[in-house]
Amino acid sequence: MAVLTYIEAIADGLREAMRADASVILFGEDVGAYGGAFKLSKGFLEEFGPSRVIDTPISEAAIVGAAVGAALVGLRPVVEMQFADFISNAFTQMVNVAATSSYRAGGCVPMVVRAPCGAGTHGGPFHSQSIEGYFFHTPGLKIVMPSTPADAKRLMLGAIADPNPVLFLEHKALYRSQRGPVEDGLAVEPLGRAAVRRPGRDLTILTYGMMAHRSLEAAERAAAEGVEVEVIDLRTLLPLDLDAIAESVARTSRVLIVHEDRLRGGVGAEIAAHLGEHLFTSLDAPISRIGAPDTPVPYAPPLETAYLPSVDRIFEAITRLARW
Amino acid sequence: MTDETRTQAAAPGPAPADPPPADLERLYYFMLLQRLAEERVVKLYQTGAIVGACFTGWGHEAIAVGSAAALGPDDVAATLHRDLGARLVLGMPLGYYFANFLGRSGSPSRGREGNLHIGGLGPRILLHTDFIGGNVPIAAGAALGFTVRREPRVALANFGEGTLATGEFHEAANLAAVLRLPLVLVCWNNQFALSTPIAREVLGPLDTRMAGYGMPACSVDGNDVLAVYRAAREAVDRARGGGGPSFVECRTMRVRGHSEADDASYVPRPMIEEGRRRDPVERFARHLLETGAAAAGRLEELRAHAAAEVDAAQAWAEATPPPDPAELEQGVYCEVTPWPS
Repeated sequence: MAVLTYIEAIADGLREAMRADASVILFGEDVGAYGGAFKLSKGFLEEFGPSRVIDTPISEAAIVGAAVGAALVGLRPVVEMQFADFISNAFTQMVNVAATSSYRAGGCVPMVVRAPCGAGTHGGPFHSQSIEGYFFHTPGLKIVMPSTPADAKRLMLGAIADPNPVLFLEHKALYRSQRGPVEDGLAVEPLGRAAVRRPGRDLTILTYGMMAHRSLEAAERAAAEGVEVEVIDLRTLLPLDLDAIAESVARTSRVLIVHEDRLRGGVGAEIAAHLGEHLFTSLDAPISRIGAPDTPVPYAPPLETAYLPSVDRIFEAITRLARW
Repeated sequence: MTDETRTQAAAPGPAPADPPPADLERLYYFMLLQRLAEERVVKLYQTGAIVGACFTGWGHEAIAVGSAAALGPDDVAATLHRDLGARLVLGMPLGYYFANFLGRSGSPSRGREGNLHIGGLGPRILLHTDFIGGNVPIAAGAALGFTVRREPRVALANFGEGTLATGEFHEAANLAAVLRLPLVLVCWNNQFALSTPIAREVLGPLDTRMAGYGMPACSVDGNDVLAVYRAAREAVDRARGGGGPSFVECRTMRVRGHSEADDASYVPRPMIEEGRRRDPVERFARHLLETGAAAAGRLEELRAHAAAEVDAAQAWAEATPPPDPAELEQGVYCEVTPWPS
C-alpha cells in the first residue's frame, strides 16, 4: 500500500488498467508528450507508447465521438476533457449517442470520460464548473466523483471495468491537497456504492467531491458540541445508492445535502425529492440543502470563496437541524 | 457510363478494377432490393401502418451499394438514414428494416427506434446516430481502434452534403487526417438538406475543400454504381495501406421529398425530372444488358427474387409482436461483467 495524492491515485488506477488490459487506451488534448494539462498522465507515453497514449487536436466532440467508435470495436478508451467545462462541446456525443446506445441496441460503449472539475483554483467561469447536473438527467450514463486517493484509484478502475459510458469527475482542488493510502494492484470499486466517511446518530450529511471534506470538518466541529453527524460520500452520482441513503436517513431522521454544484435542478434536488416521497415519515426535520448560488463561477478570491459552500455554512446548518 | 470523375491530390497508384462479373449481379440485386423494399415501405406509410416519419434513399442506391461493396469483410460502416442498400451489403437482414419501421420487436431496437435507425448490427454496422455529423467522429474512432490494434481494417462513414456544415464533420475529418486514420468519408451530395439547397450549406466544390485537410478527395457520378465502387475502393485501399483518410463525393439528386411528408415543392421540377431520368437502378440494368454481363431473363429472375425477399421480410416483421410495455425500462445500461476478462 502506497501513500499517494489524489491525482497520483487516479494515474495509478489508469496505469494499472493499461498494464492489465491492452484494450485500454488514453487520448485527449496534450495527454501524451506533455503528460496532460495537470500532468496526470506524465510518463504514460513512455510506458505505453504512442499507439495507446494519443494526443488529439482541440476537438472535444470528436474526442468523445471517437471514444464511442473505439469502444464499439472492442477497446476501452479513457479520454480526457482538459477541463470539465469543455465537455459542453461534446454534449451530443455524451447525451444523444453514448448514453442511448445500449437502449437502442446500438451496443455497449465501455468508455470513461475524465473531467477535471470544480472551483477553488481560481479558474473563473470557464475552468471551474461543476458539470454533473447537466448529465445527471441522462439515462445511460454513469457519473462518478471520488473524494479520497483510495477511492480515486478504486473508482477509476471501476469506471474502466464498467461496460457503460462513465463520466469520471476529478476535483482539481483535491488533486494535490489530498494524500492518503492507496491499495496496490487492480483494486476495483464497482460503481453505485456510497461510503460512510463518519458514522453518527443525530444527522446525515449526503455529499461528494470536495464538499465531503468540508462536511467532515464541519461534522468534527459539531461533535465537539455533542452532535454526532453521519457523513455519507455518495461517490457514484448516477446511479445513486438509494439504499445506503435510506438506511442512514431512517436512522438519523435528519438530512443535510451538501454539494458544490448549484442547487437548482441538481443532484441534491433529486435526492431531496426522493426522500420527501419515500422517507417522509422517517424525517424529524425539513430536508436541507447547501450548494452554490445561481451564478457562473467567479474568478477573484473573495467572490470564489463566497461562491463555494464553506465549513461555517455547513456547521451552521448542522446546528440548526440538530436543534429542530 | 461515368459522366465525370475528378480526383484531387490522390496518391498515384493503379486504378481499382471493376468488380468481377458475378459481383455485378450482386450489386444490382442489392440496389434493386433497396428500391423494392422502399417502394413497399412508402406504401405502408401511405396506408398509415408506419406511425413515424418515412425517409428513403430513392435514387441513391448506387452510392449505398457501390461504397459498401468496396469494403473488405472485416471493415465497418457508420450509417446514414438513407443507406438501406449499404446495410444489406453489410449483412443486415431485410426483416429488421420492416420491423423497425413498423415498431415491432423483431428489430434489434425492439421498438425503441423507427425508420432506418437501427444500430449495433453485428460487427460491421456501427450504431446509428441520427444527428447530422454525429456519425463521422464515431467512424473515426472505429478507425482509431483498428490503428491501435494494428488491424488492417477500414471504417467508412456515410453522410449527406449538409454534414459538411457541421462542427463534428470538421473535427472528425481533421482528427482523422492528423492521426492518418483508415477512414473513408462518403459524401452523398443529393443537393438538398431538407429544403436548403447546397449553395446555402457549403460553397464551392466539395472535393477541393478537402485539400485544406490534406486529404485526398474525388468527386464521382453518384448514380453510377461502378464509378462509386471504383472511387470508394481506391479510398479503402489507400486507408488499408496506411495512406490515411479520403473523401469521396458522390453527386446525386434527391428525387423525392426529404421525407414522405414533404412534397419537395421548393425543388425546381427540372432537377427532379433530370434526377429521375438518371435513375441508378435502371441505368445499371441497362449497363448489364448492353455489356452482356447479364441477360434480360436473368434480370427478371433477380427482380422476382428481390420481390419475394421483400414479401418475406415484411411478413416476418409483421409476425413479430409489438414491443411489450413491460420492457420499457429495460436495457438502459449494459450489464457489468468481470474485467479484465
